Amino acid sequence: MNNVLVYCELSEKNQIADIALELCTKGRQLASRLGCRLQAAVLGSGVKAAAESLYPYGVDEVFLADDPRLSPYRTLPHSDVLSKLIQKEQPQIVLFGASSVGRDLAPRIASFLRCGLTADCTQLEIGSHEDPKTKKTYENILYQIRPAFGGNIIATIVCPETRPQMATVREGVMKKEVFDPAYKGVIVPVAVEASLAKADQAVEILSREIEEQKIDIKGAQIIVAGGYGMGSRENFQLLHQFARLIGASVGATRAAVDAGFCEGERQIGQTGVTVRPKLYIACGISGAVQHRAGMEQSAKIISINTDPDAPINAIADYTIVGDVMTVIPQFMACYKNNLK
Amino acid sequence: MSFKIVVLAKQVPDTHNVGADAMNTDGTVNRAALPTVFNPEDLKALEMALQVKDQMPDATVTVVTMGPPRAAEIIKDARNRGADDGFVLSDARFAGADTLATSYALSQAIRQLGKVDLILGGRQAIDGDTAQVGPQVAEKLDIPQVTYAEELLAIDAKSITIRRRLERGTECVKAQLPVLVTVTSAAADCRFPNAHRMIRLSKEEVRMINADSIDAEMDRLGLKGSPTKVKQIENVVLAHKESVVLEPTEAALSELSATLIKEHIL
Repeated sequence: MNNVLVYCELSEKNQIADIALELCTKGRQLASRLGCRLQAAVLGSGVKAAAESLYPYGVDEVFLADDPRLSPYRTLPHSDVLSKLIQKEQPQIVLFGASSVGRDLAPRIASFLRCGLTADCTQLEIGSHEDPKTKKTYENILYQIRPAFGGNIIATIVCPETRPQMATVREGVMKKEVFDPAYKGVIVPVAVEASLAKADQAVEILSREIEEQKIDIKGAQIIVAGGYGMGSRENFQLLHQFARLIGASVGATRAAVDAGFCEGERQIGQTGVTVRPKLYIACGISGAVQHRAGMEQSAKIISINTDPDAPINAIADYTIVGDVMTVIPQFMACYKNNLK
Repeated sequence: MSFKIVVLAKQVPDTHNVGADAMNTDGTVNRAALPTVFNPEDLKALEMALQVKDQMPDATVTVVTMGPPRAAEIIKDARNRGADDGFVLSDARFAGADTLATSYALSQAIRQLGKVDLILGGRQAIDGDTAQVGPQVAEKLDIPQVTYAEELLAIDAKSITIRRRLERGTECVKAQLPVLVTVTSAAADCRFPNAHRMIRLSKEEVRMINADSIDAEMDRLGLKGSPTKVKQIENVVLAHKESVVLEPTEAALSELSATLIKEHIL
């Protein structure tokens, strides 16, 4: 049986990383659609409990490689173990996080298996594909949908002939959701002794420095930004809730930062950072030219403002005239409804 | 004993300066209307290679690229900045290659160079953003890889020490040579072209290498050797249209969020 396999990377605290839980949530949907099992691979040291924590996400089998040489992550030990596992299990789909780990590991494995790999997918769907030349139709193909060309186009990629079909997905793009709290899967131990012999020596980690999670909004695909019009630090918290719901980062104008609504690292504009997300939601932002300089290259802009003549509206694709404190909760409710 | 460094580079359309005519009406990319640049992270990789050369006077830096003949421009640029040599893999049989076929062609070209000690490249190119070719070349050559490199810390004839970026921090790694290293935008900027070199090298042609010269299996090249196929392309860059003004009603907000979900924006 060709199943769906998720490579589960670990957090610094040796827990399953959020991105892996997001991938399992999506993997569960794909497996159910395909009528196959969802499998996960956990490679690390002392991670049995973490592996078992995957069951509620609808994981049927967790392949567990537990060995001190697998932690912290290094390319060759992980690619060695995972390549062999994939060769043995023959999954039809393998998913990785588009993280510094997943983007290091997945291409190496795709090269070894000589299969296709699509980076940074924003959507994964199942559908059929007709080859334009041969007219041959392929059923139950993974549509790997991603922005390309600096975000200027959206491409749907398929790998009709080769297996597995592999994709990476950025953190926060897919939703993380418990499938069934009582779901029970099984642990399948993976032997690593033999496969690590050669791979172990080539790269040695001398030291690691883990930083407190810094705020970094530069690479965000979606930004919810607040201005002085948010009114208060308390009101500004709503933007964090909104951002969590839609997988966005929170930004701010200089006026909002100066008023103490949020941290200075979030400031967007001439004296802050410049961002170019695919979606920028400006909340209570009038749109001073200094702010616009830092965000006007966003692919799509939504402005929520009580003032229909706010300068920001001139560069917005959509302007919602209304009070942020009522419009945002309304929009959040609509979004949740539409996801169902 | 000489120390051989290969830098993998790509000439890319400048996606950060996309004009209104960058897209054809059918949604395909109008490459003719786009200026081209030396892929920014590949320039950083070149600088790291030149730093190694600064420390190891017997080192040579060879820049390898794949692309149309005009990609020779970046080889010339790299030579002016200090690279010793370079060539373009250029052949219709390479066309339409995805990362797997590209990495195969590049790795075969590198094999023709004999013993190579260090391969450097940008983490990713700004037209594809995949970050896949580096690790795939390393796998094909059966050598280790170090991705997301930010700084060269030490180099000797046997090993390289590098600081690399993690999701939430950095780590210092020491890799045995040969190794392939991909370099991020946080690394040092590349030095400028040198006027003396520009004058001295201006007449020197750039070598073009075709598919017959790299000992390749032809069905692993180009479109034929590429497992990924583009099924559909949607153009999402729009010049700002008239702003749509919405009243904050349930119906309007619901429609907006549905549209954004459908367009893969949310």
